[in-house]
Amino acid sequence: MTVVHENLEDTTAKMGARNVSVYYGDKKAIDNVSIDIPTEYVTAFIGPSGCGKSTFLRSLNRMNDTIPSARVEGEITLDGDDIYTSGMDVVQLRARVGMVFQKPNPFPKSIYDNIAYGPKIHGLAQGKTELDEVVENSLRRAGLWEEVKDRLEDSGTALSGGQQQRLCIARAIAVDPEVILMDEPCSALDPIATAKIEELIDDLNGSYAIVIVTHSMQQAARVSQRTAFFHLGKMVEYGRTSDIFTTPLEQRTQDYITGRYG
Amino acid sequence: MSTATLFLLALGLGLAGWIAGRSRAWAFRKSVGPRQLAALPTYHAWYVALWIVVPVSLFAVLWSIISPSLVLQSVLSTSAAADLPAFGFQRDNLLREAQAVASGASSGVFNDAARPLIEPFRAAISYYNIVGVVAALIIGFVAGAYAFLRLRPDFTARTRVEKAVMAALLIASLVAILTTLGIVVSLVFETYRFFEMVSPLDFLFGTMWNPDPMSSASDPDATRYGAIPLFWGTIFIGAIIAMIVAIPLGLMGAIYLTQYANPKLRSWVKPALEILAGVPTVVYGYFAALTIAPMIRDVAHAIGITSASSESALAAGLVMGVMIIPFVSSMADDSITAVPSAMRDGSLAMGATRSETIKRVLIPAALPGIVAGIMLAISRAIGETMIVVMAASTAANLSANPLDSMTTVTVQIVAMLTGEASTEHHTTLSAFALGFVLFLVTLALNFVALRVVRRFREAYE
Ligand SMILES: Nc1ncnc2c1ncn2[C@@H]1O[C@H](COP(=O)(O)OP(=O)(O)OP(=O)(O)O)[C@@H](O)[C@H]1O
Ligand SMILES: [Mg+2]
Repeated sequence: MTVVHENLEDTTAKMGARNVSVYYGDKKAIDNVSIDIPTEYVTAFIGPSGCGKSTFLRSLNRMNDTIPSARVEGEITLDGDDIYTSGMDVVQLRARVGMVFQKPNPFPKSIYDNIAYGPKIHGLAQGKTELDEVVENSLRRAGLWEEVKDRLEDSGTALSGGQQQRLCIARAIAVDPEVILMDEPCSALDPIATAKIEELIDDLNGSYAIVIVTHSMQQAARVSQRTAFFHLGKMVEYGRTSDIFTTPLEQRTQDYITGRYG
Repeated sequence: MSTATLFLLALGLGLAGWIAGRSRAWAFRKSVGPRQLAALPTYHAWYVALWIVVPVSLFAVLWSIISPSLVLQSVLSTSAAADLPAFGFQRDNLLREAQAVASGASSGVFNDAARPLIEPFRAAISYYNIVGVVAALIIGFVAGAYAFLRLRPDFTARTRVEKAVMAALLIASLVAILTTLGIVVSLVFETYRFFEMVSPLDFLFGTMWNPDPMSSASDPDATRYGAIPLFWGTIFIGAIIAMIVAIPLGLMGAIYLTQYANPKLRSWVKPALEILAGVPTVVYGYFAALTIAPMIRDVAHAIGITSASSESALAAGLVMGVMIIPFVSSMADDSITAVPSAMRDGSLAMGATRSETIKRVLIPAALPGIVAGIMLAISRAIGETMIVVMAASTAANLSANPLDSMTTVTVQIVAMLTGEASTEHHTTLSAFALGFVLFLVTLALNFVALRVVRRFREAYE
């Protein structure tokens, strides 16, 4: 089962998973995972390709619902409420638990409309001036404002890959979520754009509970304070990032972070 | 006949060249090794073959154009031609008869005066046949030899064949464009003749359409050629009533199929819907005339509209709308499916509902395809004739009442062309004017639609 380090200080669990298993048809992709996502820290999911990191991440905001064959067992809570009960409004849930995808996916709309999209559908801004404010604030927080303030009417798809990804983060921030899930947000970006995103994650840390999936050990070490190592659908080890990378308790974790497989 | 012979000759020579080129390339390959050969032997073979087939074929085409006049010249220079009338109908007739017998197209002459001409014709034809074949052989041989001698181990036959392929593709695309141009030009010509008799102003702005095929051919009554009722009928039936049916049903169908239906249902319904597009329009016509039109009339009578006739624009428009649903839905379906699922996921992950996602992300991104489908459907509806003939009559009526009988441009084109007037008569010529204006209208429609799409499209990627 999962090895959880014992030296963890108390945190407030924003989200919690208890004995979660996820199936695609008959195939089990996530096997009995339990974890708390703290409000105070950035949590990193690492592990070899195909071990189920994305699958687990997507079950946290019920994006697996869009895959017909996917099925989730166990309990996942947000602020203590089970998100898989029929009473849970998926639309509301996803507004509270935002997501940034591996490949930047700005809408084929103007930069402005990309950001305004969420506030508009959730009615978060009254009138044009308030909307303008939300757009500006979100872009500022995502560190994109200076670069795009003169071209808000340009298409979001005309930006560079790194700018697009920051646009997607700004878009997620604009609806003021409580949790932000990021699935390999830098895998399509160059080192400079990556550094900008990592800086951004650092800035956002504290305001939001953040979960990031990454294949880069260095990135996990740089941006996260908690790390969970996944292997073959199981969560093998969970602890402080610094401990996981220096003194892992499990052989498999040790092998992975020293690059012996994965 | 001789042209076909020449083409066969071209192919035969080409085959010989192909084999020769190939064996020469193989010989290179043996002597210098496969790595040293700049192109596969087949490319050398094709290079030689193309060098033979293309010039000889061009010659065959050219020859088929000029050889008849060469034959005629030589016949006219014989003594037998001296007795011919100097010019006119009679002379042409005699020549044509003699030529037909000589080439084997007919067995005997009607006019005895043509008989002495047969022999000279026969001689000239066979002489020029031989000339043609010999010339083709020479051309093929020279061109083939040129190509054959150019082959070297390092000869880049591959890129040259590639160029020939490109040229062939270019010609193929030009053919389509040139044909369209040709159609337009011929239409313009006939239209011009019509507008010499009836002023375009009367035609475009007149409100009565009632051509009289019995009237004098030289002096038409321009007030009977007002095309407005026809264009109105076309737009009312094809672009308004039919679209009111087809756009919502087609779009919603496509949305349901792409976003909500499970894959199994989709794999059944989509092909079934596309089959609708293959149903002959006559069948829809029956349906409109025998089922829908009487039903509409009965309903109208039942609610007190006694003026409703059994031939109504509504019946034709409704059925036409059903007919073009597949055009709208199939294009919309394809373009919605083509929107990357990352767009949809992005929107759903923002907390948008499915219908918000469809409305604000998918449809804007798929808009070009959707509009293209609608344009296709409108063009199809505007060009549709059968349903209107069967369900909405041929009487031109300028009315906004869908229960009235109406007619459309295409129906009148058919009526004018198949009428009893001669091809020179203005009623017949009016068909060309109608066709031409219809062509311009659809062209303008497409142009506007393209502009609209470019303005509003939200391009992904
Ligand atoms: N839509 C799906 N349908 C069926 N099986 C799936 C689907 N998505 C993922 N899987 C399977 O579930 C397992 C976990 O996949 P997942 O995408 O979660 O891995 P991952 O850890 O995110 O990998 P990577 O690091 O390469 O992104 C894999 O074996 C994969 O084949
Ligand atoms: Mg993944």
